[in-house]
Amino acid sequence: MSSTAQTASRASKAPRSPMAPPRSFLWSRRIFLTLLTGFVLVPVYVMVSSSLKPLADVSGKFRWLPSGLTIRPYIDIWSTVPLARYFLNSLIVAGVATVCSVVIAVFAAYAVSRYSFRGKRVFTVTVLSTQMFPGILFLLPLFLLYVNIGNATGIALFGSRGGLILTYLTFSLPFSIWMLIGYFDSVPRDLDEAALVDGCGPLGALLRVVVPAAIPGIVAVAVYAFMTAWGEVLFASVMTNDTTRTLAVGLQGYSTLNNVYWNQIMAASLVVSVPVVAGFLLLQRYLVAGLTAGAVK
Amino acid sequence: MTTTTAASADSGERAVPKDSPGAARGPRRPGRIRRIALPYLLLLPALILELLVHLVPMVIGIFMSFKELTQFYIRDWGTAPWSGFDNYKVSVDFSAPVGEALLHSFLVTVGFTLLSVGLCWLIGTAAAIYMQDTFRGRGLLRALFLVPYALPVYAAVITWVFMFQHDNGLVNHVLHDQLHLIDKPSFWLIGDNSFYALLTVSVWKGWPFAFLIVMAGLQNIPGELYEAAALDGAGLWQQLRRITLPSLRPVNQVLVLVLFLWTFNDFNTPFVLFGRTAPEAADLISVHIYQASFVTWNFGTGSAMSVLLLLFLLVVTGVYLLLTSRGRKTADV
Repeated sequence: MSSTAQTASRASKAPRSPMAPPRSFLWSRRIFLTLLTGFVLVPVYVMVSSSLKPLADVSGKFRWLPSGLTIRPYIDIWSTVPLARYFLNSLIVAGVATVCSVVIAVFAAYAVSRYSFRGKRVFTVTVLSTQMFPGILFLLPLFLLYVNIGNATGIALFGSRGGLILTYLTFSLPFSIWMLIGYFDSVPRDLDEAALVDGCGPLGALLRVVVPAAIPGIVAVAVYAFMTAWGEVLFASVMTNDTTRTLAVGLQGYSTLNNVYWNQIMAASLVVSVPVVAGFLLLQRYLVAGLTAGAVK
Repeated sequence: MTTTTAASADSGERAVPKDSPGAARGPRRPGRIRRIALPYLLLLPALILELLVHLVPMVIGIFMSFKELTQFYIRDWGTAPWSGFDNYKVSVDFSAPVGEALLHSFLVTVGFTLLSVGLCWLIGTAAAIYMQDTFRGRGLLRALFLVPYALPVYAAVITWVFMFQHDNGLVNHVLHDQLHLIDKPSFWLIGDNSFYALLTVSVWKGWPFAFLIVMAGLQNIPGELYEAAALDGAGLWQQLRRITLPSLRPVNQVLVLVLFLWTFNDFNTPFVLFGRTAPEAADLISVHIYQASFVTWNFGTGSAMSVLLLLFLLVVTGVYLLLTSRGRKTADV
């Protein structure tokens, strides 16, 4: 692993000051962190507890404790809406978008970090300023563009998973490139110089030396790309049809005209959240290390 | 974030390691042409995608904003009649209904963004600074605090929708039945309260990002600085003011800009919270434009509004970058 990431994590473990903090500080910290934990956890508790309640419990007055525990909602969610299919769609779209986005960002960031070439500044400025564009600006033009491409070439982009993958790919790309440039800059140049001297090509140096040294940054970028794609609502709601619908849109199916199945909505929300949250928490160490070296400099 | 990084990539600390080994790299005899072409080849996939999904649509969007693009022309949008600046005139005619609604939505968005970014920054920074020292349970707490950020937007916001329900929601239960703070159960997702509901959800979802970035920024401050300050007799408050906050300045400059752009452009949160038509008090601009385009089927006006929004963001970002980079220069002297 890279030396910078290691020193960074070591520095954080060093005590901030040699003296013990005063009591007033400890008390204010306790109060603040307790309140904040409450703020963060209440919705999580509502999600978990409501998902285990019978329908009568979530339809009537809110109660902190369920009148009876049931796992019924977890069984019903799969038949009320085709959740499994939405799940698979989301998994494919987010997964493919993440892998492609990381690979493309690695190449682009390596070029920017290691080579000087004409148009470098224009490229970085253009790519990064797309971050500020409101998504709504792209929605209709992309929709029209995909329809036109489809009519002209027969490649179905609109309504297909491919179109959504393409769209999501570019959402995370600017941020990923930007972060990886910073990260690659922090990998000592001597390392890939040595690899080049030892007879590796530039790609060999990238894959064998730079990429392994930048793993925390790459993992951070992958996590970001996956989360962006997994949580996107706007494009998913316009650009999907019955067979390609993702979870972001599919969860709306639990409210019918007659009834809102809040317990099932909460159960489904929990089921779709668990993989991302678990993955995120497992990888959060990398995320902080990646941000430290890449974005925060 | 955008131009800061680009600028700092060309000047400042990043340029230093870039130049020194460059000389050592030297021209290698075999494949000089390949060397020149290589960076472009590496960039090619990113370039094509950016072109296809960002730049071309943007050009189309600007083009569309000059056309009278209603549902009659959507199948063959090239044939829509040219309308010049009409769409823009309609959008900024603040005495007519369309312009008035846009102005209202814009002002709501500005107010909402300032409050949300401010609160996210404040809570995130406070939490990161409080958790700078090690204490028992710090790792667990850090993981917990990142949960709102990790949750998919729609799952998190749907939970809030449930909590804000009039009859069976937690918020009314706590505020009315348990704490007796309000006379009768309120509506939170319609009417004036919807602004506070949106703000609460936005802060709940957004502050962990500030926390994460500030936490990462704090790790770059060398511990020796604090030790030296403590030896000189500086208290915690002085250490915070003299060391922590100044060291976080460059991080904060990027963080505030990113939070601002993300919050200002946020579509997911209000859309899941309110649906296609947001209540007037919480009518954020991105949902407003979506509604203007897809609900009333006037894409020309919607595009003009998007372009105006983009221009506004460009100006704000430009001024912000100018101000912060000037501030940095004077700080260096």
